[in-house]
Amino acid sequence: MSDLKDKNSFEAVIGLEVHVQLQTKSKVFSPDANKFGSEPNQHIHVISLGHPGSMPKLNKKALEYAIEMGLACHSEIGRYNFFDRKNYFYPDLPKGYQVTQDKTPICKGGYVEIGFDTNTPKKIMLHKIHMEEDAGKLMHVDGKDISAVDYNRAGVPLIEIVTDPMITSSQDAGAFLTEIRKMVRFLGISDGHMEEGSLRCDANVSIRKKGVTTLGNKVEVKNLNSIRYVQKAIEVEIERQTNLTLQGKKIISETRLFDPEKNQTYGMRMKEELNDYRYFPEPDLAPFVVDDTMLDDIRKKMAKLPRQYYDDFTQKYGLPAYDALVITEKRDFAHLFEETVAHTTCYKQVSNWLMGPIKSYLKENGTSLRKLSLTGAMLADLVNLVEKGTVSYTVACQNIFPEVIKTGKAPHDIAHDMNLVQESDSDVLMPVIKEVLAQNADKVAMYKSGKKGLLGMFMGEVMKKTNGKADPKLTNQLLVESLA
Amino acid sequence: MKIDKDTLHKLAHLARLELDPSNEKEMLNSLSEILTWVEKLNELDTKDVDPLVSMSYELNAFREDKVTEELPREEGLANAPRHDDKFFIVPKVIE
Repeated sequence: MSDLKDKNSFEAVIGLEVHVQLQTKSKVFSPDANKFGSEPNQHIHVISLGHPGSMPKLNKKALEYAIEMGLACHSEIGRYNFFDRKNYFYPDLPKGYQVTQDKTPICKGGYVEIGFDTNTPKKIMLHKIHMEEDAGKLMHVDGKDISAVDYNRAGVPLIEIVTDPMITSSQDAGAFLTEIRKMVRFLGISDGHMEEGSLRCDANVSIRKKGVTTLGNKVEVKNLNSIRYVQKAIEVEIERQTNLTLQGKKIISETRLFDPEKNQTYGMRMKEELNDYRYFPEPDLAPFVVDDTMLDDIRKKMAKLPRQYYDDFTQKYGLPAYDALVITEKRDFAHLFEETVAHTTCYKQVSNWLMGPIKSYLKENGTSLRKLSLTGAMLADLVNLVEKGTVSYTVACQNIFPEVIKTGKAPHDIAHDMNLVQESDSDVLMPVIKEVLAQNADKVAMYKSGKKGLLGMFMGEVMKKTNGKADPKLTNQLLVESLA
Repeated sequence: MKIDKDTLHKLAHLARLELDPSNEKEMLNSLSEILTWVEKLNELDTKDVDPLVSMSYELNAFREDKVTEELPREEGLANAPRHDDKFFIVPKVIE
C-alpha cells in the first residue's frame, strides 16, 4: 500500500522530438531523388556524397513545407535564417557533418492542441521546428567486421519538431503524435509513415516528486517506430525511473533503446562519451530571408488542417464530436464530406454513410477512397434517394452503392435502370395487400384474436410479391388499417 | 594562448587523429602559437559588427524541387576506398 502511495507521489515530465521527412521530389540541398524503397545507392549525387567542391543549394519546396508546418502550429516564423554544420564523424553522412539549423530555427514556439473533442483540451507547447538533412542508412552485417552504407536517404529533407518538456502522460504523447501525423498528411508535406521512417520520434523522459519545479535527469528513448511503441516506451521508462528512485538509486542521463518484444528499455553502450558538435554557420549555403510576400503566398496555398475541418463539421454542420473526429482522421474522408454537403443538407446522414457502408467497403476490399470514383455529388444523390423515400436504405447500401462503385453511374439512374425504386403508391400497394390477406384468411383471424406478431409475416408476403420494392413504412400503415 | 595536454587529446579525438606521443610537445607549441596569432583578432572591437555567416552577399539562393541529376551508382561507388556492387563498405560501426 505504501509502495503505491510512493509511486503516486511522482510525476513524469516528457518532451518529444519528432523528425518528419518532407515529401519533396528531390533532396534538400541536391538534385537527386527523394524516394523510399529503391535499390541501394540509386539516388545519389556528388552533393549528397559530399564530394569536395560540390556546392549545395536549398530546395525551395522543402523550405515552404517547413513554413507550412510552422504556420499550422502557430509558431513564429524566422525571418533571417542560415544553416549550421553539426560536426561528427559517422559514416551515415560522408561529409563529416550534418547540415541543420542550430542558431536560427525556421519556426520558434507555437503549439499543437490535443483532446479538442473532450472537455479537457490541452495545448502542447513547441520549443522550435528546424530544418535539417537526413542521414544515410547503415547495415551491419552479422559476423563480419564491415558495415554497408546506403546513401539514398542522405540529404532527404527533414523537419525536427521539438516540444517543451511539458507532456505528463503517455496518452498525451500519443495524442500529440497522432495530431502531428494528421497535420502533415492533410498539409501533404509528408506521408507520415512511422514504420517506413518518414515520421520518427524520440522521447525525453524524466520524473520528479510532485510539487518540485526543477527537472530530473532525463533519459532519451529511441527506436520508437509506432505511436503505440512511443506510448509503451514512455510507460516502462517512467516505471523504471520510479522504481530506481524508490530504491534510492540515481537516474543516469543517457540514451536508451526500446525493445518492443521484451517491453523494456536498455542502455546503449555509447562508444563516444563526449558529444561536441562544434556548430558553426554553413558557409556553402546562402542565408535566406522569409518576407511577408512569401508568407502570404504560402498561407494562400496551404491545405486545410484537420482541426479546421473538425471545427467546421461540428459547428457549421452540427456533427457530433465523435463523427467529426472519425471523418477528419483521413484527408480524403474530410474532403468527400465537404464535397457532399454542397449537394445535400442531410449532414448527419452523409456522416453515417462515410463511417458505415463506405468505411466497411474500403476495409473489406483493402482499398482507399482515392481509388474509388465516388464523388460528393454521387454520395449526395444516394443520401437524397433514401431521404426522399425513393429507395430504402437497405437497397441503397446493398444494391445501388456497389453498382455506383462498379460503374461510376449516378445513383438515381441506377435506381431506375435496375428497377429498384420503392413502391410508394397506395393505389398499387392496396390490391397486393388485399390479395395477401385473402390468401391467408386463417392468419387474419388469428391476428384479429390478438396475435399481433403476425403483422411481420403479412409484411414479408407483400415484400415477396413486390420484389422487395414496397415502401416498408407505407405498407405497414396500410396493413394495420386493413386489419383493423 | 596556452593549450594543455587534455585539450590536445580532445581535439585529436574529435578529428579522429592519432598523435605520435613523441610529437606531442611540438604539437602543443605549434597549436599555442597559432592560437596566439589568431587571438590578435580579439583586439578589434566588433561590438557593432554582425557575425559573418557567408562569404558571399548572396541571399535566397534557392533551387526548384526537381530531380535533374543523379550519379550512376557505379560512378558513385568508384571513388570509395571500399565498396561492393551496391553498397559503400566501411569498417564496422556499432551503435
